Amino acid sequence: MATTYRTCPRTGLQFDTAAEKLMRWNAVAGVLALLVGGIMALGVILTRWPAVKLLPADQFYLVLTAHGVDMLLIWIIFFEMAVLYFASSTLLRCRLAAPKMAWLGFWLMVVGAVMGNYAVLAGESSVMFTSYVPMQASPLFYLALILFAVGALIGCFVFLGTLVVAKREKSYEGSIPMVTFGALTACIIAIFTIATGAAILIPTLLWSVGLIKEIDPQLYRLVWWGMGHSSQQINVSAHVAIWYLIAAVVFGAEPLSEKVSRFAFFLYILFLQLASAHHLLSDPGMSAEWKVLNTSYFMYFAVLASMIHGFTVPGAIEAAQRKKGYTNGLFEWLRKAPWGNPVFSGMFLSLVTFGFLGGISGVVVGTEQLNMLMHNTFYVPGHFHATVVCGTTLAFMAITYLLVPTLFKREMIFPKLCQIQPYLFGISMAVLSLVMMGAGTLGVSRRHWDMAFSGAPFQYEWPGAAYLMMGLTGIFGVIAITGGALWILLVVGSLLFGKKLDGGTLSDKPVPHAPLDSVAARASHTGSAEHVQVPGTVVLAMLLLTSFVLYYFVNWKYLSEVWALS
Amino acid sequence: MSAILPPADRLWWKQPIDKTEWVWISLAFTWAMIMFGMMIYWHINGKQNLSNEVYKTTPEAYAAKAEKFIADNTVRTETEKNIPVVKVPEGGDGYLIARLWDWYPILEMERGKTYKVHLSSMDYQHGFSLQPVNINIQVLPGYEHVVKMTPTKEGTYSIVCNEYCGIGHHTMLGRIYVK
Repeated sequence: MATTYRTCPRTGLQFDTAAEKLMRWNAVAGVLALLVGGIMALGVILTRWPAVKLLPADQFYLVLTAHGVDMLLIWIIFFEMAVLYFASSTLLRCRLAAPKMAWLGFWLMVVGAVMGNYAVLAGESSVMFTSYVPMQASPLFYLALILFAVGALIGCFVFLGTLVVAKREKSYEGSIPMVTFGALTACIIAIFTIATGAAILIPTLLWSVGLIKEIDPQLYRLVWWGMGHSSQQINVSAHVAIWYLIAAVVFGAEPLSEKVSRFAFFLYILFLQLASAHHLLSDPGMSAEWKVLNTSYFMYFAVLASMIHGFTVPGAIEAAQRKKGYTNGLFEWLRKAPWGNPVFSGMFLSLVTFGFLGGISGVVVGTEQLNMLMHNTFYVPGHFHATVVCGTTLAFMAITYLLVPTLFKREMIFPKLCQIQPYLFGISMAVLSLVMMGAGTLGVSRRHWDMAFSGAPFQYEWPGAAYLMMGLTGIFGVIAITGGALWILLVVGSLLFGKKLDGGTLSDKPVPHAPLDSVAARASHTGSAEHVQVPGTVVLAMLLLTSFVLYYFVNWKYLSEVWALS
Repeated sequence: MSAILPPADRLWWKQPIDKTEWVWISLAFTWAMIMFGMMIYWHINGKQNLSNEVYKTTPEAYAAKAEKFIADNTVRTETEKNIPVVKVPEGGDGYLIARLWDWYPILEMERGKTYKVHLSSMDYQHGFSLQPVNINIQVLPGYEHVVKMTPTKEGTYSIVCNEYCGIGHHTMLGRIYVK
């Protein structure tokens, strides 16, 4: 295998140069998708803002479909491919398995992404990201998704192959690092997701060209969500892995306990797919027993996993900070954290908003009976902007501030703006999620062009507060898009004009991890034997639990006030 | 930097778990079980649960039943489109058709009485969203969902379609009167 290895002089990370190129291209493709999705976001938000109402109905639904596909799928999965290649070849200090296959996967994804955008923008496929049958998109739309998914699947297998290479060539000893384990979790969920996607998208493609007569809409929903929701769990695993990565790089933090954190990742593998059942809670086709089972045992084990990570990640940071001497009071470790470093501030905002806004709202909307209050309202996009955007996208943005100097060998331009960007984007997106959920609680529906129902045979006036919430959605949506645009400008600007940095030395052979019993390894070893107490994290965790309990029961109170149903 | 390095202790799974972590895991687990219990508790003691009464049907078969119900129980018509206002018999069945782009017909019910409302779609997927009480139910073609409803307050209620069903989606507004 003719490849070379580059050791980054700033981080000490070692890159297989073939893998490095793939990481760069995947990241760039992701950012381009984010750019397109962001322009679409502007159309969506300016139309749903009642005072502006920019686009006509047909363009609105078109733009909304493109926004969903570009953001939820194309941007995130391209970036995740880069994460997979990084977590395998770089962290395990070995060569990437089958780089040619990886390129094939990349180009398939590019073709899928371009074709998908074309199918939507041509106007024949405004079927939303969910593309519920019997509403039909053009065959190109389904074909595009299949090609993109096959490309991603190839990436997953290259990742798994790289794990095998590392094991065989003994580039490390013992177990794979935690971050790689998190990436492996994401990869396993991705393979399941893509298999489920094939199970539904292939028949749907055949139906769209007339080879299959009918697809049962309930069956479609059941199988589709096996892909639709678990594809978002790839993101959760990936961004949690990035939280650990950033905690390790910025603070030198060690997991409080390898056992606990890895077990939590393992719970994701076991239970997250089943949790997709919570999309079907207001559907006719499922029994109450099925709904309770799938959203209780199964989903709650996945929730438990996130609650564990929500404790162990800040816990690891607190322990690392306390070891450095920030031991005054409950929160000196947090106050003295590098809040001006966008890698950290982005990651911490991602952690907090994902937990408090995304996590709590997700469980509430996923509770069998409470779902009736929010199903298909604006609450749902409110929830997933808290999880996917505040959680995943913000975490990916944060890690990019680390990747630009390391991977692209460029210094970030405008450091002051870089400092501001995570706050601008993270906070406005958090407020946006909140006001969206507020509007949804008042009944405002999602995927709806006109709150005023112009042309309807009747009139219905939403409560004044709903209009207020939608106005705030518009304002904070525009601020959030500005924050996103700033990030793209900073990243693209740095790639083009940033100061070139020393790439470090190249070598023909990889340098494996130091053996575990070396002096270096022992020096960095603390382990749980000398466990540092983390009282600040305990307080934060209790705050999360208290908010969770209160908000959960408030919603039962709301439910008890609606019509009696059975 | 051990999260990006192989665990320093090869036998990491043998390391003891700290008490603080155990406490948090137990708390989180207990809370998850309480939430699980709440769903079952609500089935027994709560008044708001979705019904499991569902039948496979076809748009034609469902439309025939709905038309019969409308012919038998219409009390008047409303709006320029002459949408029938249909009084649902007490304790009896009311049929609601979802189609591009209306809810048909208008139902009339009485406060505190219980009715069996049937929901199905003639074409795409639609969303039954009753405002301002905010009850949201998915409506699928081919499935007849029977939901027992007991209105608790008098008034004019609107049914907003909250599942995207095409360009005229925003005009899909229906009515329920409660006397």
